[in-house]
This record gives sequence, C-alpha cells and structure tokens, in this order.
Amino acid sequence: MSVAPQGRRLLPVLPHGSGHLAPPQPFPQRARAAVADPQLRANIRRATRTIRDKRAAAVSEVDDWEQLREAGRTIKRRVARHLPELLERFERAATAAGATVHWARDAAEANRIVTDLVRATGSDEVVKVKSMVTQEIELNDALARAGITASETDLAELIVQLDDGEQSHILVPAIHYNRAEIREIFRREMADAPADLTDDPAVLAEAARRHLRRKFLSTRVAISGANFAVADTGSLVVLESEGNGRMCLTLPETLISVVGIEKLVPSFADLEVFLQLLPRSSTAERMNPYTSVWTGSVPGDGPSDVHIVLLDNGRSATLADTVGRQALACIRCSACLNVCPVYERTGGIAYGSVYPGPIGAIISPQLTGIAANKSLPYASSLCGACYEVCPVKIDIPEVLVHLRQSGVDGARDRPSAERTAMRTLSWVMSDQRRYENALRAARISTGPVAALTGRGRRRRPGGPAGSLAHLPWPLSAWTTSRDAPLPARQSFRDWWRARDDRPGRSAAPDPGTPAGPPDPGTPAGPPDPGTPAGPPDPGTPAGPPDPGTPAGPAALGSSAGPAGSGSGRPAPSEEHADE
Amino acid sequence: MSEARAEIMARLRAALRDVPPDETIEDVPVARDYHRDGTGAGPAQLRDLLAERVADYRATVHRCAADDLAGTVGTILAEHRTSTLLVPHDLPEDWHAGYPGTIYRDSANFPYPLATLDATDTVLTGCAVAIAATGTLVLDAGMAQGRRAISLVPDHHVCVVGADQVVGTVPEALARLDPVRPLTFVAGPSATSDIEFDRVEGVHGPRHLDVVLLS
Ligand code: SF4
Repeated sequence: MSVAPQGRRLLPVLPHGSGHLAPPQPFPQRARAAVADPQLRANIRRATRTIRDKRAAAVSEVDDWEQLREAGRTIKRRVARHLPELLERFERAATAAGATVHWARDAAEANRIVTDLVRATGSDEVVKVKSMVTQEIELNDALARAGITASETDLAELIVQLDDGEQSHILVPAIHYNRAEIREIFRREMADAPADLTDDPAVLAEAARRHLRRKFLSTRVAISGANFAVADTGSLVVLESEGNGRMCLTLPETLISVVGIEKLVPSFADLEVFLQLLPRSSTAERMNPYTSVWTGSVPGDGPSDVHIVLLDNGRSATLADTVGRQALACIRCSACLNVCPVYERTGGIAYGSVYPGPIGAIISPQLTGIAANKSLPYASSLCGACYEVCPVKIDIPEVLVHLRQSGVDGARDRPSAERTAMRTLSWVMSDQRRYENALRAARISTGPVAALTGRGRRRRPGGPAGSLAHLPWPLSAWTTSRDAPLPARQSFRDWWRARDDRPGRSAAPDPGTPAGPPDPGTPAGPPDPGTPAGPPDPGTPAGPPDPGTPAGPAALGSSAGPAGSGSGRPAPSEEHADE
Repeated sequence: MSEARAEIMARLRAALRDVPPDETIEDVPVARDYHRDGTGAGPAQLRDLLAERVADYRATVHRCAADDLAGTVGTILAEHRTSTLLVPHDLPEDWHAGYPGTIYRDSANFPYPLATLDATDTVLTGCAVAIAATGTLVLDAGMAQGRRAISLVPDHHVCVVGADQVVGTVPEALARLDPVRPLTFVAGPSATSDIEFDRVEGVHGPRHLDVVLLS
C-alpha cells in the first residue's frame, strides 16, 4: 500500500464524474446536523439493527457463502481488467437483440441522451424504477428542466420524492422516516390519499399502490437502471421487491436503461453467483420477490423501443487506480451501510452523495476525484466491519487508507482537511470529554491488569489477544458482549502532540502489540475504535482521532491488510451482525 | 455518440495499462468451488424444500397429483371468489376445467388491453423452472406462461409447477434457462420493507400468490 503514491504518478489523468456525488459542505459539518436529530438517529438505528440481524441469519444458512463471495470478487476482477472487451461484446449482443446502445462520458451527456429520447416519444411523463445511477447523474432535475415529469415508483423513493427530501440509504432510501412521518407526508402531498389513512405499513403501502397504479397503466416511457448487464447476451437484470420494477420494465412502449459501465458480468452463468449473494446481503432474503432479465426487445412482450445508456462518469478514472478500482465491484447491496458505526449515527444524508456509508466513502471521492471530495475518506473508523459483510469482498478499509494517502499527495492541505474531519468525526461519534474521561478511567483501571497479564491474554474464546473482558463504566456497555483491546497507555492525543519530537517516526511500531509502550500508532487504542453496533455512546469509534488514521505507517503500512492485522481490530464479522 | 464511445474506450485502455496486453478474460481465475450441482436431494425432497421455502414468503402452497389439478385450481379460485380468470393462449384447458367463471385467453395476436388485465381477478400460469433452495419460480414466457404483463397486473397469481420442473439451486436453474427470453423470477408475492423495515405483502405486483406443486 505504501508504494501506491509512486504508482500514482504514472497514472494517466482521466476525467472525473459529476452529479450528486460530493457534499456541498464537508461531511463533518453535515454529520453534525444529523447527529443532533434524535428521531433520525433512532429511526436509522432501529432499521439497521433489524436488517443486520436478518442478514446474518440469511447468510448463515448458506454453507458455501465464502466460496460465493470469492467467486463474486474474482468475477468482478475479471470484469475490471477486461472491461473494454466486455463492453464491446455487450453492445454487440444487445444491439443484435433489438436494443439501441448509447454511450455517455459524464452525467450531462447521459442526461442529454435520455432527455432527447423521452422528447422523441412525445411524452412529458416518465415512470422510474429505483436506480442509484439516475440519482447519481441527477436525471430527474434534468428532465424537469426539459418539462418532463419523472415519477419514482419504488415506495421509499416515492416517500422521499413526495417530501422533496434526500435519500439516506442505498436500499431503503426512506430509512430515516418512521411510519408516523410517512403518514404525514402522504396526507400532505398525495392528493388521492384516503382520508382515514393510518400509519400501519400495510395501509400506507396500499395508498401508494392506488396512487401509482394509474401511472403504471398509462405512462408510455419508463426509465430504469440495472443491477447487472450480461456481456455475452446483452441482457439487463433488475432485482426488486414491490413489482414497480416489473411494471416499468414491461408495460410502457419505450424503456430507457442507464447503466454504469462497471455493471457488466461476462456471462449469463455468472449471474448464478450474484443472484445468491445480492438478496441475502441486501434485503436478507433467500431471494428478492422479483427479478427481471430482459434482452433487447421481444415482439408482443414488453417495450418495443429499448435503449441502453452506458455511463462512464468517473468510472474509468476509478479504474485507473489499481487499489481503488475494486470499489467498482460493488453490487450496491448496502450491507456495509447497515454495519457501519459512523453511518448508524449520521445517516446517509450527511455523506452528501447518492452513495452513502462505507462504500460511499470510497466510491464517491474516486468518481469525483479526491480533490472535490476530501472529507469522505475520513468518514470512517476503519473498523473493518464493512469488509467482513461485503458480498464481493471489497476491502473498503484498504481503499479508505489508500485514498487518505492519495489525498496527501494530491492536495497539500492534508493536515487541515484531516484535522477538521477527525475532530468533527470524534464529536460526531460521542461527546469528546465524556469519551476522554472514560478512556482515562479505562487506562487507569486496566494499568495493573495489563502489567499482570503481560498485555496479551486472550480473555474470551476467539477474542483478540491483548484484550480485556471488562472495562469500567461507561465502556462496560461495550464489554458486556465482547472483549475490548487494552487501552493504550498513552492517549493518541498525547502521542500526536509528541510525535514530531520522535526521530524516525515513520518506522512503524509493531502493529501486533496493541497498547505496547508509547505505542501510538497502534490501532489498539481505546476500546476498539470502530466496531459497529457498539453501545450508543461510550464504546464508540473514532474517539480520539481514530488511531488507524493519521499515523499512517503504523496501521496502514502493514502488509497484513486491514482485516488481516488481528491486533487492532477484533475480527468483526458475524459477531456484530449477530447481536 | 460514437465519439463518446471511442473516448470511453480510450480512457478505459489508458486506465488498464497495468493489464498485460496478452492477458485474456480466461487468464483471470474465477474459483467455482461453490455448490453448482445442488444438494444431491431427490425429486421428492426438492419438492418438499420448495414448498417450505415458498410458504416462507407467505405465498400459499397446494400440493396435488397431476390428475387433481383441475379440482385444486377450482378450489383455489372459488376460495378467492374469482369471477374473471386470465390465462395465456396455450394454457391446457384441463388446468381450469374445475372453474365455472369467465375466462380471458390472452395471446400475442389478440392481447388484452391493460385495463382488462387490471380488471381480472386472477391469472393462472405455469412456469419454466422452480428453485427449491430459494423458493423461486421462474417464468420465461414459454409454454403456458404468456407475456410478462399477464402475470403482473392481476392481483392474484396462481402458478402451477410441474413435478420435473423443480431444481435444487440457482446455478441449476440458470443452466436450464435460455438467457435471451424475457425472464421473471418470482419469490413470493409482491412485498415491501420500506417502512421501518417491516415486511408488508403487496404493493404493485400480485398481492396473493398460490403455488400448485404437482407430484
Ligand atoms: S461495498 Fe460491498 S457491502 Fe457495500 S454496498 Fe457494495 S457490495 Fe454491498
């Protein structure tokens, strides 16, 4: 990893993407607002915990899960390394099947193509299937400017659209609303909402059904994205639950699908891997209710005029980074959001990108270029939970660290960007003073224990070495369910102040000895800085500036890779999801 | 547009300068050591598993011998108070011989308008293949299935699964399918989890799914 900066200098400069990818204000500033809203935090916490538990159950049922993950990762690696050839193949097959393939270099070009296609139909109304990529390029705004009304048909997207709000989750964009709030939005914004509307989810869903039914049956143009595009056959694939996707994909005359070029898989048979990985990782189901696969147009069945817009918008630039390119393997399952302690506290809107959470923290800055999106790589505690759940094994922590380092090279203002991000992140994660007091208490009370145990005793089967089974209140909330690493003897803050005096500080302290003597850079610091689902406050991540971060060499340079260095980061994996 | 295409291709080639020019797709190894050939379960066990998994999605499962199909379908439609039934043009007539009400037979030459589909109570179809492990039915617009819209717009879908149409796993199912046909994978009735992650059956697709599993 540490050699990456050298490699970067050789990279071609490729144009970055635009659209809804970078927050107008830095993440920390936006996060502050989110954290100050207890209702929002409660809604998000409830939803992410529910889905986390369900996902763990759905995954544990499959005894070849790890093999599937590995296959998913390597198929996507195949795609990344041979994208030009696969795109050509896809275009040929789709065209032969009756689709028209268009190419868009950036958001503006894609919007122009879609707008022109809609105009050509003479329709000023379109129905939309939930799609991240059309949000990325802010297609609805572009259509509105052209006098075209785009109706979102996914229930969550409808809620957000009616409220004129923002998406906060990849899979459940309205995760930050509770049922009472949704009822109010429907009563306020949905002209045909029944007078006796209650906040029962079934009643709300029924209201949405009635509201959209006429649109489905009468609208002549639909716009979708795609979860996968099959190179060999030219087929597109959409997974969904409600049937709104099927409505849009089959009833209108014209179907326009906007597809990121990274969505390819080489062959139809490769879908056997992703159709298993995606539903269990995203909705925690064995299979989502509906999956549609279509290839070009079929006479007498479905849209007769089928268009596919292949979009770059920063993807080729992302591909140029040999470490960062793995982010393009993302299948947008959102599992990493649901386990992320930072996401759980800030929600998705703080990220200011359609891609929130851990994946957003690595994909958004790569699509826009790091200079346009400096704070997002710091919107993480590097705890590694996201990597553990990722169905295609994207090493998000590795990419985060890499991007932070790249930011250093690219923009000379690292210290201030970093300091701002870290300071606010820790504020976000918990009350700074409370946290420090807690840490001090932990440090004092564990000192003798550490001396006696030689700092290395494993207290719980499977727990990390150098860990303690009990910490004093309030950190005890953390250790009731797991071991915590011994707190560092010296606080990170103290070390940071003293670090410039240290000769040869780039020599990495051994990451394998958590909390060893003045051993600052080690990830061991406070009770695991980043484990998801910690107790609401105390054990929280990022505390004093996430030890994994600025020290670079220590946590980062280790070739063991983020998940591999067992010392600082107690293996999260199912343990979190299970709680 | 072709200018955009050429530029994107050039960008990608520049981005992939680390990939040796003679490397082919097959040179990038993909481990396929996940289960591809099912579980070794026999046909009866697969049907049991399918029934269990379909029921988990809160669809209703009925099991009967091929001889009893008409009676079973008749009972389902009676219980649902179906007064108009939609069927694809090539659905065997003896499948609905036990149903006394109005039947609309949809065909490519004489497709019913959407308003008619919307006004029918129930649609009756077959399927192409069913996946036991995930409780999934796959329709491919082939025999006894019709175009995609007919199994989507009516609020009640009755789907008949033949004894030999059940496979164990997703890979086995895909191996049986023709990728360029329009495919619809159905796992339970339409559902949403968008409100507080509470699962609610039925939004836009059929809210009721009855699966008739033949033995
Ligand atoms: S990064 Fe992985 S876990 Fe996160 S959304 Fe993408 S595929 Fe899912």
